[in-house]
Amino acid sequence: MSALPRAIDLGLIGCRVCGLVCRSVVGDARLDGDGLDDAMACPRCGAALRRRKSASFASTWALLLAAFLLYIPANVLPIMRTASLNDIDDNTIISGVVELWVKGSPGLAVIVFCASIVVPMLKFTVLATLLTSSQRHSGWAPVQRAKLYRFVELIGYWSMLDVFVVALLSGLVRFNVLSRVEPLPGVIFFGLTVVLTMFASMSFDPRLIWDDRVTDE
Amino acid sequence: MDTGAPEQLVICKYCDTVYRRCRLAPGEVAECPRCRCELERYQWLNPAVMLALVLTALLLFVQANVWPIVTLGLNGQYNGVRLWGMIIAMWHEDAAVVAVITAVTLFFFPLLKMLLLGWLLWFARLGVRAPGFARLMVLLHHVNPWTMSEVFVLGALVSIVKAHLYFEVVADPGIYAYAALTVLITLFSGVDLRDLWDMPERDAT
Repeated sequence: MSALPRAIDLGLIGCRVCGLVCRSVVGDARLDGDGLDDAMACPRCGAALRRRKSASFASTWALLLAAFLLYIPANVLPIMRTASLNDIDDNTIISGVVELWVKGSPGLAVIVFCASIVVPMLKFTVLATLLTSSQRHSGWAPVQRAKLYRFVELIGYWSMLDVFVVALLSGLVRFNVLSRVEPLPGVIFFGLTVVLTMFASMSFDPRLIWDDRVTDE
Repeated sequence: MDTGAPEQLVICKYCDTVYRRCRLAPGEVAECPRCRCELERYQWLNPAVMLALVLTALLLFVQANVWPIVTLGLNGQYNGVRLWGMIIAMWHEDAAVVAVITAVTLFFFPLLKMLLLGWLLWFARLGVRAPGFARLMVLLHHVNPWTMSEVFVLGALVSIVKAHLYFEVVADPGIYAYAALTVLITLFSGVDLRDLWDMPERDAT
């Protein structure tokens, strides 16, 4: 396995945007993603060319933490109000899932539960695990960690499901005093959580999983 | 920076391993032996076919936006909603952030993506790079993760089931257009446009 050459050792950089293979300049700190000033531009597409994404650990941690903080009100506060003539019913994410399970279809309840609870929690734990293990240059299960990252990247945006449900129902259920659905602040926090976790997984550089590992295979 | 890097090399974007690019037979997928990600897969669709798919998607997108998605009935009173009706409702209900997220991920970015693809592929079909090629390809790269029409289809399904408990629900043509659009998006998800970079610039004449 160790026979597989890596671009960083060969003095090459693969452009993140267009995939062009470029020769890198030895010892240039900006190319390692440390410096905040602009790196070199890809000769083909003009995108910034770096050996690693800039300040990947710090920005991913920051975005992840921010997303986690917003995820708390997103779950505690109600996301949707159903108002009819004689009662007002506020739903949180969880109570919406329970209602769907009890009254509608358990299958969809499972899907919503996965999209709104499992996927965000998975993103938090997976990204935090990837960050700590990469920062410690851990050699632990790199293939599995790489797979986890791609999985998180693939499923991340499905969390937006509940936001769209609230938006669509708010647009639909507008029967004046008879029946109305209104969005409540929880859905704003939830939408922002999803956006921030997407930014977090984008700012993590999966190549860091393979850098300077303490134990090589 | 030296631009004279050999073209036949490919670098895994997930683990930075360098490979010599090999020609793939139909159905073949090149997998990175180090991190097991997909490096490349055989491209079934040529630019002309892709263009046809994009134009179909664009037509479906217009239909999905012109027609209402779902109509609810309560005591003989009916209320249908279109995508923009939903966005405007969110805007007026003090959820402007959600309105913006919805408008961007379900309208502006998907539309932009289809227009970009249409423009790039129109010229790719003729074997040349479109005007503004490099900048538009970079833009496409950044817009890509933020289009969520397929999530919306699932969301509409959940909404219908929820609303069905209290209202009479009529599925409108918009939802069918969206469902068809999702099929196209799935078909298109394996498409890799990297080869377009190998096309020559258009003649200035």
